[in-house]
Amino acid sequence: MNEQDSKRRIKLTETEDGNVLFNVPFPKDLKDLKGMAPIVIKQPYHIDYIHSYGQDSPFFAGLANGKLLGTRCGPCRYTYGTPRLHCMVCGEPCAWVELPREGAVHTFTVCHFGGEEFLGETPFILILVEWPGVDTLFLSRLVGVEPEAASLAWIGMKVCAQFKRLSKFKPTDVYFVPG
Amino acid sequence: MRPVYLVSGGVSKFAKARPDVTFQPMVKEAYDYALKDLGLEHRKAAEIVDGTIASYFSDHFTRQLKAGSMVQDYLGLCPKPSKRVEGGGATGGLAFQSGWESVASGRYDICVVYGWETMSRVNTWKGNEFIALASDVSFDYPVGGFYSGYYAMMVVRHMKQFGTSVEQMALVSVKNHHNALHNPYAQKRMKIRIEDVRRAEMVAWPLTMLDICVMSDGAAVTILASAEGVDKLDKATGRRPRPARVTGVGGGIDAMRMADRPHAEVILLPHEKAEDYEGLKYPGVHSFRAGRMASKTAYQMAGITDPARELDFIELHDAYTSSELQTYEDMGLCRYGEGGKFVEAGKPFMPGLDYGYRFPAQGTIPINPSGGLLACGHPVGATGLMQAVFALWQLQGSIARHFGNDRLQVKNARRGAIHSHAGTGTYVSVSILERAF
Ligand SMILES: [Zn+2]
Repeated sequence: MNEQDSKRRIKLTETEDGNVLFNVPFPKDLKDLKGMAPIVIKQPYHIDYIHSYGQDSPFFAGLANGKLLGTRCGPCRYTYGTPRLHCMVCGEPCAWVELPREGAVHTFTVCHFGGEEFLGETPFILILVEWPGVDTLFLSRLVGVEPEAASLAWIGMKVCAQFKRLSKFKPTDVYFVPG
Repeated sequence: MRPVYLVSGGVSKFAKARPDVTFQPMVKEAYDYALKDLGLEHRKAAEIVDGTIASYFSDHFTRQLKAGSMVQDYLGLCPKPSKRVEGGGATGGLAFQSGWESVASGRYDICVVYGWETMSRVNTWKGNEFIALASDVSFDYPVGGFYSGYYAMMVVRHMKQFGTSVEQMALVSVKNHHNALHNPYAQKRMKIRIEDVRRAEMVAWPLTMLDICVMSDGAAVTILASAEGVDKLDKATGRRPRPARVTGVGGGIDAMRMADRPHAEVILLPHEKAEDYEGLKYPGVHSFRAGRMASKTAYQMAGITDPARELDFIELHDAYTSSELQTYEDMGLCRYGEGGKFVEAGKPFMPGLDYGYRFPAQGTIPINPSGGLLACGHPVGATGLMQAVFALWQLQGSIARHFGNDRLQVKNARRGAIHSHAGTGTYVSVSILERAF
C-alpha cells in the first residue's frame, strides 16, 4: 500500500443522523425520471424479544450463583463443556454437572471489530476453554492479558473462571482470567 | 434419478451497494443474461420453465418476508411453482442442489434457480451483527457475536496444530484478488503482495481486512434441465445448448456451536489411509467435518477417487483466506495440515499468470479462478449460484466471451467442482459439474 492509500484511510467519523427532507425535485418530462438518483430513506427497526433459555436455564442460574455448569450423559459419560440436555452420541438425557473453575485456552482471537452491539467493547478477546475429561469446549471472554500481545503461546494458558457480581443472565456472566 | 444439465447462467455485477434498484430488477439482470445466452425469448421461457427455486439468506437484510414470490412475479413466472431454500452462507449451493433434485426426480424438465442478497441496506457493523445471529443466540452470539472472530479462532487452532502461517493465508488473498483483475464481475480487483495483506487493518487476530470477503448486493441465476428439457430448449431457440452435466451432489452438516464439535477420527477419502492421521483429533475446530462429508458424498456419486488429479478446477467458498486453505484439506486436495504448503507451492494459482511470486508447482489445480468470494464479493443467496455460472463458463470454454478476455479460462476444462459453505462450517454443499457436449 502506498502513502496516498494510507492517507485516504484517515477519515472524519461519520454518523447516520441528518436532516428531515420534505420535498424532492421533479422533472417536467417523465422520460427524465429514470435518470434520477434513488430515494433512500431511513427506517428504524427495534424489537424486544421474549427469549426463553428453556431447558438450558439452570446454566444461567448457575452463573448467578458462581457456578459454571456443564452436562454429562448418564449411559455413555460424554461430558459437555457447553450444556446440552440430550446426548449427541447416544440420544439419552444428560444430567447437570459442575465444571472446574480452572481450564485452559484451546484457541482464541482478539476482535478489533465486531457486530454493532459489541463495537464499543473492542478490542476484546474470545477464547474456547478446554478441560481434561470434558469432551466439548466453552466459548467465553478472556480478560487480564494485553490484546496487542496476541500470540500462539496463549494456547494452553491456564485460565480461571470469574463471575459477575451483578448477573445479567447472559453467558458473559462468566469470564476467564489467567492463572 | 435422471441426468441433470446446467444449461445457462447469469450474474449481476456484485457491488458494495445497489441503491439504484430493489432486489427484483437485480435478479432480472442475471435472469435476462441467462436467457440471452441461450437465445431464449422471455415469453417462450415463461411458457417452458416448469418451476423455480428462490435462494436468499436473510430476512433481516431484506426486511421483507416472502421476497421470493416478489421475484417470481417480477420475472413474469407466475403462476409456475416455486419455493425458497435457505441455509446461511451455503444458501446458493443448497438451492442449486434443490434445483437438481427437482429435475432429477422428474418433477420439472426445466428449473430456474435464482438467488440474491441486498446487504447494503444496513451499515457494515449492523450487517455483521445480523450475520452473527447465525450462531447460537443463547451461548455464542451474546459473548461477542462476530463471524470473523469465529473464523480467526478456528485458524488459530489450525496454526497451532499444523504450523500454518499468516503468510500462507495471505497468499490466498494475493491469488484471488489478482485473478479478479481479469474478471469484470468482481468487486475487488487488485494486485497485492503478502505484506499488503499483513499491513491491512487487523479485524480479528490474525485475520486482516484483506483476509476477509466483503458484503455485497448482487444476484445470480442458473437454468437446469433434464435431457428432455435440453431438447425443449433446442426446439425453442433453434440452437443446441452447450451444457454441463451435474454428476455429483454432496452435503454435510456440523454442530452449530464450534464448541460442540467432537475430537475424534478423520473421515477418510478413498485416496487416504488411517495411518496418515495417527493421533489427530478431528475435526475439533481446525477443520470442517461438514466440508469433508460433502466432498466425500459428491466424489462418490461422480466416481472421483483422487480429486486433485481428477478435477480441473474448483470454485470454493473463500469467505476467509483461512477457510480456503482449510477447505483444500477437507476436499482432499492435500492431506489435513498441508493446506499451507499446498498454496505455498502455487498449486491453486492459475497457470500462466504472473502473480509476482515464483512457485515450484504453479497451477496444478486452479482454485477460485474467478477471484472467489474474497474478490467477487459475497451477496449470500447469490454466491453459490455465481460459482455454478462461472464453472459452467469454464466447462463451455466461454470465459473469453463472458469476461471479455480468456486469461482466467482453464484450458480444456472437463470437470470442476463448486463448494458452498455456511456458518462456522455448519452447512456445506459440493457439486461436481462435467462438460456434456
Ligand atoms: Zn451419551
